[in-house]
Amino acid sequence: MSEVRLDRPALRDPRWARAAIFIGGIGFLLLFVVLPVATVAVEALNKGIGAYFKSLQDPDTQSAIRMTLTVAAIAVPLNLVFGVAAAWAFGKFDFRGKTLLLSLIDLPFSVSPVIAGMVFLLVFGLQGWFGPWLREHHIKIVFALPGLVMATIFVTLPFVARELIPLMQEQGSEEEEAARMLGAGGFRIFWSITLPNIKWALLYGVLLCNARAMGEFGAVSVVSGHIRGLTNTLPLQVDILYNEYNMVAAFAVASLLAGLALITLVAKSFLEWRYADQLALTRR
Amino acid sequence: MTAVTLTRPRARAPFRRWSVLPGFGPALGFTLTYLSLIVLIPLLALFLKAAQMDFASIWAILTNPRVLAAFRLTFLASAIAAAVNVAFGLVIAWMLVRYRFWGRRIVDAVVDLPFALPTAVAGVALSSLMAKNGWVGQLFVPFGIDIAYAPPGIVVALIFVGLPFVVRTVQPVLQDFEPELEEAAATLGADRWVTFIRITLPALAPAMLTGFALAFARAIGEYGSVIFIAGNRPGLTEIVPLLIVIKLEEFDYRGASVIAVASLIISLSLLIVINVLQKRLGKHHERG
Repeated sequence: MSEVRLDRPALRDPRWARAAIFIGGIGFLLLFVVLPVATVAVEALNKGIGAYFKSLQDPDTQSAIRMTLTVAAIAVPLNLVFGVAAAWAFGKFDFRGKTLLLSLIDLPFSVSPVIAGMVFLLVFGLQGWFGPWLREHHIKIVFALPGLVMATIFVTLPFVARELIPLMQEQGSEEEEAARMLGAGGFRIFWSITLPNIKWALLYGVLLCNARAMGEFGAVSVVSGHIRGLTNTLPLQVDILYNEYNMVAAFAVASLLAGLALITLVAKSFLEWRYADQLALTRR
Repeated sequence: MTAVTLTRPRARAPFRRWSVLPGFGPALGFTLTYLSLIVLIPLLALFLKAAQMDFASIWAILTNPRVLAAFRLTFLASAIAAAVNVAFGLVIAWMLVRYRFWGRRIVDAVVDLPFALPTAVAGVALSSLMAKNGWVGQLFVPFGIDIAYAPPGIVVALIFVGLPFVVRTVQPVLQDFEPELEEAAATLGADRWVTFIRITLPALAPAMLTGFALAFARAIGEYGSVIFIAGNRPGLTEIVPLLIVIKLEEFDYRGASVIAVASLIISLSLLIVINVLQKRLGKHHERG
């Protein structure tokens, strides 16, 4: 993308317009985006640093941390494998119905998180398709870890795939075809040719996928059953503590998630700046 | 006159173009299985659940005053928030593309914060900020305006979640917009404002419309950031996703499914309409 040359006299906005745009734009971002994040830090440290760390050591919060890490550790790798498989099929081959299937991959982004959670109640819940059978066999899916994982996979499914598919389409498959002609097998081609070409985009997608997986609230809230110390993730713990008017603890937990968001943003901006040429141009 | 068909007998197009690369079957097979198990079959379950009911009971659920009020509130708040985001999203995109200033990269990254920040965190933060004793909320107390636990609070939360959609749709279009057009307008005697209204704005309109639709569609389904600030009074500040959750907690799965399907159909058809519209507008613009 070529930078617009900005020293052209015809593009110069009047001074009052520049001032208004700056004040409006920066002010809006400060008020609606920066201030809320600052609030999290201020409220979390309201009663001092000691109270902050003490509230994080609460056993329920500790178990919520473990739960969030467990869910992300299952959901993110699965979506990574899915993203790579989808990108291989869609990026390297042409077949009928490709456009329709591509839009289906993006479908979870258009579904309300609440609906993303409730569909699993309808399949695996007591009133659901497999509910009675699961109950007979003492298998718990909703209101337990598998339900949390499935709801999380649903909402984070497109992240890796949508980074890789446009990139692999752009890159074409000449290099892979050459490797094939030289006698390399499928996995060899993937490891030595494709993976090095897509590694930064892959990392980018995983980063966003992980941030959403750890921060998802609506979908997980519906399938968790809110069993304290058992099926609570960090965002759900924020909800519980906040409703108990335990503000310091609620915002202390929220600050962990806000910290994760900030780290993700910094890493994402770094990748965009350093490896812009190796990320998909047609992204978003 | 006899109708003559000039089409050659065509071989059926093959399912896929031939390639020397291996792994198409397993890759596509895995993709489709995974997508079906996680997304398609569960969504099908939702539609089947709603379809089990006869039309009269579906109608009764959807025309219930509490449900209607929730839909009205959700759409109105989403539309206002998306409109605010279009205006300020354009301002922010303009600032980021056309001006060079210290910290531009940081401002650019900040725009993505609503994407990255978990909705529950945004919810508790906004609600404490906008409450009567909050930093921003207290400024409105003298005017008798409640933001938190009232409809304006819902709009504020939806502005937060929707902003990046507009900026990230308008920004690349503005980036690629050729300044020659603006220069031509200037040489023909148009001042900056006329050039903006007559030349630049029409070129950005499809992107702004898309941004509006994306922000609006996201807002309709938004749950986490809204429920903390809304106050959640039935018929007054209760949004559609919350109503679905309440129905689920009452084990009224059918009622929940009907409302969910209705809201899903509305947001999906909105996105399809915008997609078509945008293609048409884009073509129109290319032709000049």
